[in-house]
Amino acid sequence: MRFRDPQIEMAHGAGGKASRRLVEGLFAPLLFESSRAPLGDAAHVRISGSCVAITTDSFVVKPLKFPGGSIGELAVNGTMNDLAVSGAKGLAMVVTFVLEEGLPTSVLEDEVRAMAAALHRAGVTMVGGDTKVVERGKADGMYITTTGIGHLMPQVTIDTRSVRPGDRILLSGPIGDHGITILLARGELDLTADLSSDTRCVLPLIETTVEEAGPGIRWMRDPTRGGVATSLNELARDCGLGIVLSEEEIPVRDEVRGACELLGLDPLHIANEGQFLAVVAPEYADAALNALHQAEGGENAFIIGEVRAEPACAVLVTTRYGGSRIVDMLVGDPLPRIC
Amino acid sequence: MCLAIPGKIVALVPDQPHLGTVEVTGVRRRVDLGLLQDDMPVVGDWVLIHVGFAMTKISEQDASEQMQLLAMLGETEVAMEEVRGYGFEGVKGT
Amino acid sequence: MRYVDEFRDPDLITKASEEIYRLADPERHYRIMEVCGGHTHAIYRFGLKDILPSNIELIHGPGCPVCVLPMGRIDDGLAVASNSDVIFAAFGDMMRVPGTHGSPFEHKARGTDVRIVYSPADALQLARKNPDKHVMFFAIGFETTAPSTALTLIRAKAEDLKNFSVFCNHVTIIPAIRAILDSPDMRLDGFIGPGHVSTVIGCRPYEWIARSERKPVVTSGFEPLDLLQSIVMLLRQLQAGEARVENQYKRVVPWEGNRAALKVMAEVFQLRPYFEWRGLGFISQSALKIRDEYAEWDAEQRFPIPGTRVTDPKAAQCGEVLKGVLKPAQCKLFGKECTPERPIGALMVSSEGSCAAYYNYEHRKAAAALVTSISSVA
Repeated sequence: MRFRDPQIEMAHGAGGKASRRLVEGLFAPLLFESSRAPLGDAAHVRISGSCVAITTDSFVVKPLKFPGGSIGELAVNGTMNDLAVSGAKGLAMVVTFVLEEGLPTSVLEDEVRAMAAALHRAGVTMVGGDTKVVERGKADGMYITTTGIGHLMPQVTIDTRSVRPGDRILLSGPIGDHGITILLARGELDLTADLSSDTRCVLPLIETTVEEAGPGIRWMRDPTRGGVATSLNELARDCGLGIVLSEEEIPVRDEVRGACELLGLDPLHIANEGQFLAVVAPEYADAALNALHQAEGGENAFIIGEVRAEPACAVLVTTRYGGSRIVDMLVGDPLPRIC
Repeated sequence: MCLAIPGKIVALVPDQPHLGTVEVTGVRRRVDLGLLQDDMPVVGDWVLIHVGFAMTKISEQDASEQMQLLAMLGETEVAMEEVRGYGFEGVKGT
Repeated sequence: MRYVDEFRDPDLITKASEEIYRLADPERHYRIMEVCGGHTHAIYRFGLKDILPSNIELIHGPGCPVCVLPMGRIDDGLAVASNSDVIFAAFGDMMRVPGTHGSPFEHKARGTDVRIVYSPADALQLARKNPDKHVMFFAIGFETTAPSTALTLIRAKAEDLKNFSVFCNHVTIIPAIRAILDSPDMRLDGFIGPGHVSTVIGCRPYEWIARSERKPVVTSGFEPLDLLQSIVMLLRQLQAGEARVENQYKRVVPWEGNRAALKVMAEVFQLRPYFEWRGLGFISQSALKIRDEYAEWDAEQRFPIPGTRVTDPKAAQCGEVLKGVLKPAQCKLFGKECTPERPIGALMVSSEGSCAAYYNYEHRKAAAALVTSISSVA
């Protein structure tokens, strides 16, 4: 075990460098030692000759309800999306609830109904679950964990080792909507905006992309906590190549841009719950993009950059006038700054 | 110390004259206008916001003048090259 | 006008860059200091070094209030916060800055009530909403931020809100610039002057730099076009052998400053006889303290303050980097013992600290072959 931090802090759950340290330094050596594959969104398990994908995710969000969605929806969409970006179509899910003593039943019912609706939209079945109740003051109302399994789509193989210089980086839509919505919904910063979470199941869009460009898809990821910057930095590290993005091509809504400017945040570090990134071979990239543009919900997809040999293991953002900067993972959550 | 953003005053608080609402591309925040009490802004004015306080008004005229200066950068040189092309000796740049 | 996008126009940026190439004398090596940490951050964020000729060297100055805050002051603030009925409120910038026994976030993990606020007004609001707790606002910043703290204290006093205090670490910019110019290792040609501090103090306070030190100062905005235009203005002065104060950031900086802001500062604050600056040592008349009329809202008078003094590890060269004598990568600890994840000095924690800015935005660029033109990506 190589994890040297004396205690667990919020940063360890933020999806950035501290999270990576925890996973690679404590969980991996003690729990995952027999698994050789790089840690991805879902794992592949062989069961009697068949390969299924399995993933799990826990949902801890305050407030429970926010513009555009709620914890229940996140719990279904998040796990479906993790499966989808691993090239798998979710088939079944199980759920665990950790509920806080005193949680009004109406709140729980709302979330369960939201989950049911999301399951229906995603075309996946909930087949079981578990419930625990903890004392008042714990669990922020409720924590939800969902575990999903699915069949691998035969037309696509996700493998960071297949990523090559020249491959294009595809992004499904505008970034930062979810993270900024949550930040504003907490009410601590006294900002208001007409903004909602982008939570949705991206499986249909991924199926469209796979249908059009399956053989050319090298890698996919849903940029949740830590944002696009974290996902692409992980890719760069795992494949040993560089990612060069073009700033002007990255779609960001005005409201997200405004909030980020006020708070000194970079949209590339903000969480998304309804987007995906795909690395696509150049000969398939335009077709994939066009297919997304024709599909419902894919109108704002962009090719935002490409893979290059340099700068190895890093992500570089360039501007039209020739300036550039490295974008790294953050240590923990992005923090508002005044300097 | 330095993060200050331009925003437009979209509302004033009737019973609290030192407070206003500012908008930055669709994001709104309550802002204290107390530092501008010598020349209070009105709805529609642009102000510079730092840590929830308005620091100064933004002068549209100065901004436009600056954009014009920037657009002209290098044009003096282009004009001078043209003049040099006529073959006059000893012409100094401005 | 949105006052932001216009000053990021790529075509105008290219034009300004070309003008700089044209103006810069190839026989000369220009050393220009940008005083303000916000300018350091902007230079890296917009990749401006990529479009400047190599004989223009931008040297990062000490205008980073987090970077110059001695670790002992963080320890003192957190000592007050260790009381169970105290809420420690500070800007996000402070949360990961290491104290001797951990950063504010590390204290939070151990049970201290630590909250991020965007504004001192929000800290005051926390006090109103939590009458059974005491909210201590840990104030940092130069003259840009001090007036907002001052006005907040005025409002607190007017409301007679007893459960609120400020732990004041405000510092002033002119003594820092003097310390740079007094440093024997420093040779500078000119200054990109502070942008937002100048909205408060105006441009007059820099006149002695032009007059006595014979170095031009151009107070600058923070967008790429602002910085490039300021460099053009500096080069023109240097070419003509001039040394004046010029105001590039006219749309926002009044030459005489903001009288109302200076007035509230004078009402609430007075100068400390001296104050310790991390990396620069003790500087007289360089920091603000809360006046006795506001003693009830001064955390240093309300609470026992240990008065901790912490010396930086000898190997950390924060002082030299702060003064611009060393580049971040030249510090022996840079990138090895000292990284943004495990910062030893505040220059690596603050997002506008030169070490953090260089580490986050630049140093791996230097290691790789840089792409200067972008092939069609779409």
